[in-house]
Amino acid sequence: MVNTEVTFCGVTMKNPVTTASGTFGSGMEYSELTDLNALGAVTTKGVANVPWQGNDTPRVAETPSGMLNAIGLQNPGIDVFLERDLPFLRQYETKIIVNVCGHTEEEYLAVVERLAEAPADLLEINISCPNVKAGGISFGTDPKGVEAITSSIKKKAKQPVIMKLSPNVTSIAEIARAAESGGADGISLINTITGMKIDVERRRFALSNRTGGLSGPAIHPVAVRMVYEAAQAVRVPILGMGGVRTAEDALELILAGATMVAVGTTNFANPHATLDVIDGIRAYMERNQVQNLTELIGAVSA
Amino acid sequence: MTETNGSITANKEIAEGIFDMKVKAPEAASCAKPGQFVSLYSTDQSRLLPRPISICNANDQTLRLVYRVAGAGTKEFSEKRAGETIRLVGPLGNGFPEAAGFAGKRVFLFGGGIGIPPMLYAAGVYAAAGAGVTAVLGYRDQNTFLANEFSPFGEVLLATEDGSVGTKGNVLDAYREAKGEADVMMACGPLPMLRALQQFSRENGIPCFLSLEEKMACAVGACLGCVVKTVKEDAHSHVKNARVCKDGPVFLAEEIVF
Ligand SMILES: Cc1cc2nc3c(=O)[nH]c(=O)nc-3n(C[C@H](O)[C@H](O)[C@H](O)COP(=O)(O)OP(=O)(O)OC[C@H]3O[C@@H](n4cnc5c(N)ncnc54)[C@H](O)[C@@H]3O)c2cc1C
Ligand SMILES: Cc1cc2nc3c(=O)[nH]c(=O)nc-3n(C[C@H](O)[C@H](O)[C@H](O)COP(=O)(O)O)c2cc1C
Ligand code: FES
Repeated sequence: MVNTEVTFCGVTMKNPVTTASGTFGSGMEYSELTDLNALGAVTTKGVANVPWQGNDTPRVAETPSGMLNAIGLQNPGIDVFLERDLPFLRQYETKIIVNVCGHTEEEYLAVVERLAEAPADLLEINISCPNVKAGGISFGTDPKGVEAITSSIKKKAKQPVIMKLSPNVTSIAEIARAAESGGADGISLINTITGMKIDVERRRFALSNRTGGLSGPAIHPVAVRMVYEAAQAVRVPILGMGGVRTAEDALELILAGATMVAVGTTNFANPHATLDVIDGIRAYMERNQVQNLTELIGAVSA
Repeated sequence: MTETNGSITANKEIAEGIFDMKVKAPEAASCAKPGQFVSLYSTDQSRLLPRPISICNANDQTLRLVYRVAGAGTKEFSEKRAGETIRLVGPLGNGFPEAAGFAGKRVFLFGGGIGIPPMLYAAGVYAAAGAGVTAVLGYRDQNTFLANEFSPFGEVLLATEDGSVGTKGNVLDAYREAKGEADVMMACGPLPMLRALQQFSRENGIPCFLSLEEKMACAVGACLGCVVKTVKEDAHSHVKNARVCKDGPVFLAEEIVF
């Protein structure tokens, strides 16, 4: 018997696989198609202090081996999340990672405080949200900003804090170090890469927002590189994601230095992708006589 | 909703670029309702997202899907042969309202172009429930695919853009020409047609159900990719947005803004 258990920011999970925020709702819809009890954790859609309307449609567009999205972080707000979504998920034997978004530091803190008494295991802070005070650019692209927001959140948070990093930066190592010095318990990456698609027949943008976040297998090599660079730069554990479709993709991220992995866009292509990835990791470990999954973390060599 | 590998029993071109596929998928077919749809997945892995296709008919065993080749995904489906399989998830969405409530009512079913297939399923189910069904079908030209299959269920009014068959104009022109008197209207078709019906039903105080289209990613209600604006705050989202794939695709015309 192989042991797929991992401990991430002090929380022990039966396996290293979770869902990527925003691709799995709060698990309710996919629970009809996949067994949530089999997952190491479920990561929920970004939640803010109040409901967010999100962008106009079209919000999604397919691209080769990927997709663009500009949902605009529509969410029902923390009240509904606490009353409806969290209790639903708590029925399952899986850990819960709550993804948090906000336009200002105060908005992030408001959510984090509401979650203090809630049965959530970990918080994942999405710092790719538009920062209204900085003219709409994201919190996540300036190292000083990342360190500052991390340390304010750490002061209020009752659960371990994972800072979710944007790949739209020059040096991911620098941003990762900023999160670590702000006191982050872990980091997760990558969020989507900004892209654009144009419908040539209509000569119009495919998304109403014009730009959107690219995700899916198309971005996987970028994710592997960034997870590796971040792992070289910091000691805190990493939740790796970006284009994971198969167990091999997940294992690449683990070998690059991730302790956990998330499956995102692939859920849309294969509603039981998470289970396939978990089974595939187990099969790989058996095939290669790996007793404990932890042996594989960062085990890539030149 | 289930995920299954359906086996294709037939897939033939019934009009230029329009295909009629029968898929044996008992778990999905046996619980389908008119107005619901399925997600079809490509074999080519570079096309990640499922293609939503309305259920044109269903019995205990088999789904009938009638689709237009619109791009690479539907082209791939059109090249599949009987005996091959296709991965699908369904049935999805809410569907048209329960037919039992419409016995004795004059139900007008409007279909425009590739919006016609789901109305055939509705026609059969509403007629069987004792509704008086009239189908009002709009086509571009004399290529009136599926039209003759509606006649067992009630009167059929045709409209064509070029005037080659039936009323020259759109489905509302055909309805007016026939002096239609609907107790309830249901429709699937292009956006301008749905907008015209929304306005007409409002002006005439006729309840009207519209089946909408939107670009989808998950097609099961998880990603919030496919929303339509709503008049009131939606019960699930808590904002004025409802998910076309889960809360729809069928909405009361007066409840949506589009
Ligand atoms: C609820 C619903 C029911 C539908 N029922 C039918 C039906 O019964 N018969 C039929 O022929 N067509 C139907 N459509 C439209 C059908 O989904 C598209 O024609 C199809 O997805 C096109 O895929 P493609 O790869 O051939 O085209 P491409 O243009 O290459 O597709 C690119 C991407 O855009 C999406 N897309 C393109 N057109 C549409 C569209 N009109 N609506 C939603 N997504 C789109 C595709 O799914 C894909 O993700 C329905 C759409 C919806 C939302
Ligand atoms: C439709 C969609 C919605 C997303 N919503 C969120 C979100 O609310 N918060 C967040 O931190 N990331 C969000 N993401 C980013 C994903 O969590 C993930 O970081 C990214 O998609 C890369 O992984 P993938 O290629 O496996 O999808 C979203 C992605 C998609 C495709
Ligand atoms: S397509 Fe994901 S919610 Fe409708």
